[in-house]
Amino acid sequence: MFDDFMLRALIAGCGVALVAGPFGTFVVWRRMAYFGDTLAHSALLGVALGFLLEVDPMLAVMLVCLLVALLLFFLQRQQRLPSDTLLGILSHSTLSLGLVTIAFMEELRIDLLAYLFGDILAVGRSDILMIYISALIALGMLMYLWRPLLAITLHEDLARVEGVRVDLVQLSFSCLLALVVAIMMKVVGLLLITSLFILPAAAVRRLSRSPEQMAVLAALAGVVSVSGGLYGSWQFDTPAGPSIVVAATLLFTFLQLFPARQ
Amino acid sequence: MADPLLVLNDICLVRNRRHILENVSCHINPAEILTLIGPNGAGKTSLLKVALGLMKADSGKVVRSENLRIGYMPQKLIIDRTFPLSVARFMRLTGHYSEMQMQQALDEVGAGRMLNASLANLSGGELQRVLLGRALLRRPQLLVLDEPVQGVDVQGQVELFKLIGRLRDNFGCAVLMVSHDLHLVMAATDRVICLNQHICCTGTPAAVQRDEQFLKLFGPAILPHLAVYSHDVQHQHGSCPNQGCSCPLGEGGADV
Repeated sequence: MFDDFMLRALIAGCGVALVAGPFGTFVVWRRMAYFGDTLAHSALLGVALGFLLEVDPMLAVMLVCLLVALLLFFLQRQQRLPSDTLLGILSHSTLSLGLVTIAFMEELRIDLLAYLFGDILAVGRSDILMIYISALIALGMLMYLWRPLLAITLHEDLARVEGVRVDLVQLSFSCLLALVVAIMMKVVGLLLITSLFILPAAAVRRLSRSPEQMAVLAALAGVVSVSGGLYGSWQFDTPAGPSIVVAATLLFTFLQLFPARQ
Repeated sequence: MADPLLVLNDICLVRNRRHILENVSCHINPAEILTLIGPNGAGKTSLLKVALGLMKADSGKVVRSENLRIGYMPQKLIIDRTFPLSVARFMRLTGHYSEMQMQQALDEVGAGRMLNASLANLSGGELQRVLLGRALLRRPQLLVLDEPVQGVDVQGQVELFKLIGRLRDNFGCAVLMVSHDLHLVMAATDRVICLNQHICCTGTPAAVQRDEQFLKLFGPAILPHLAVYSHDVQHQHGSCPNQGCSCPLGEGGADV
């Protein structure tokens, strides 16, 4: 039988997967994989600052991710450097800053692996509450932004001419993504966050006929991956976060065997 | 004559210390087809973007008539294979239209069968038609088309230009388009602006073709192509704001 901590892990994991799926579809459509990575890497700086300032790590991660998203938005508008260069700079500088900050705090022993690869088996009730509240906010806002986001994804200028407030929508989406990254960190760890955006969305692409269908299927694929991964982790005594990603990869590969729907 | 829909006054656009647009003034009248031509990098697309309000000019003024409804067709719509979107969904992405309205708009542009097709599966010409049909849904007074025949074969280009002319006749909308497919566009337009950072010359297609600036820009080799297609000319001169320009339109003054 599943133990209590396994049940908590499953509940937390499914909550995260349900929100990662729909956001992941946009990460795939808008080619924001590297953006997701950057947010994820900056999460470590959030963890470090959280310990330093003695605030809840998840809250600190949210704030730092949000700041990085805002910073990136304004740097991109300046168009001095190409986007991927900016992302590269922010991604690795925040990750390194986080590692260096942690090294300075000698009296503190932080289990780095738990943050890099996730610690889903250690989630408590308060974590679950935080995950579901954030997920609900993020999903609600995503539904509100859905149509303008689709329009921007197709063609920014066309959307702008037709009255979409492109900058506002993009900025809101980046901030929501930061929120989602913060709750995902606990489950798969910051090095694997992007995979939970991309794998479920890519897996169900061929089965989807509409953007909405793809978002819902991606959420379901995420839930299947989390459940499968946790079961595997329990069965074979493997680390939970990476097991979830392996399950997602297997699901992706399996679904490629089906013919594409037009 | 009715007031122009859109007036650009002395537009200057500078990027990286280079003039993209230099003192460009022009206007577009209701139900007129105005084509911007010019070599690559002449600032054609930039001028459209300034007119649409997508780019802010460094100096100069853009005046639109009140509540101007614009239908825009961008230069290139790259549809990611990972993006499952039907034509119908695409058409009502930023507005609310009934199935019938969408079907009518598509029928109008000869893409009636495509309502339920997947956007990613359309050919270049089909996609251009769908984009045009989508622009029509907004009941535009001004259609702004950025290289509407790009990536379409010659036969398809002729048909598309015919279609654009027909849409103007049916809907009474003005058309502002960019093109560098010179020989075909000449037959499909009322007025031409030849742009190379500044306005080299402007006027009817026939007048522009005789213009020295025009020939300097495109080379005399272009002429035989043009003669075949150009249509009858009602004489109507524009003026050339460019100093030192020796074009025959210089004395006109009716336009610009």
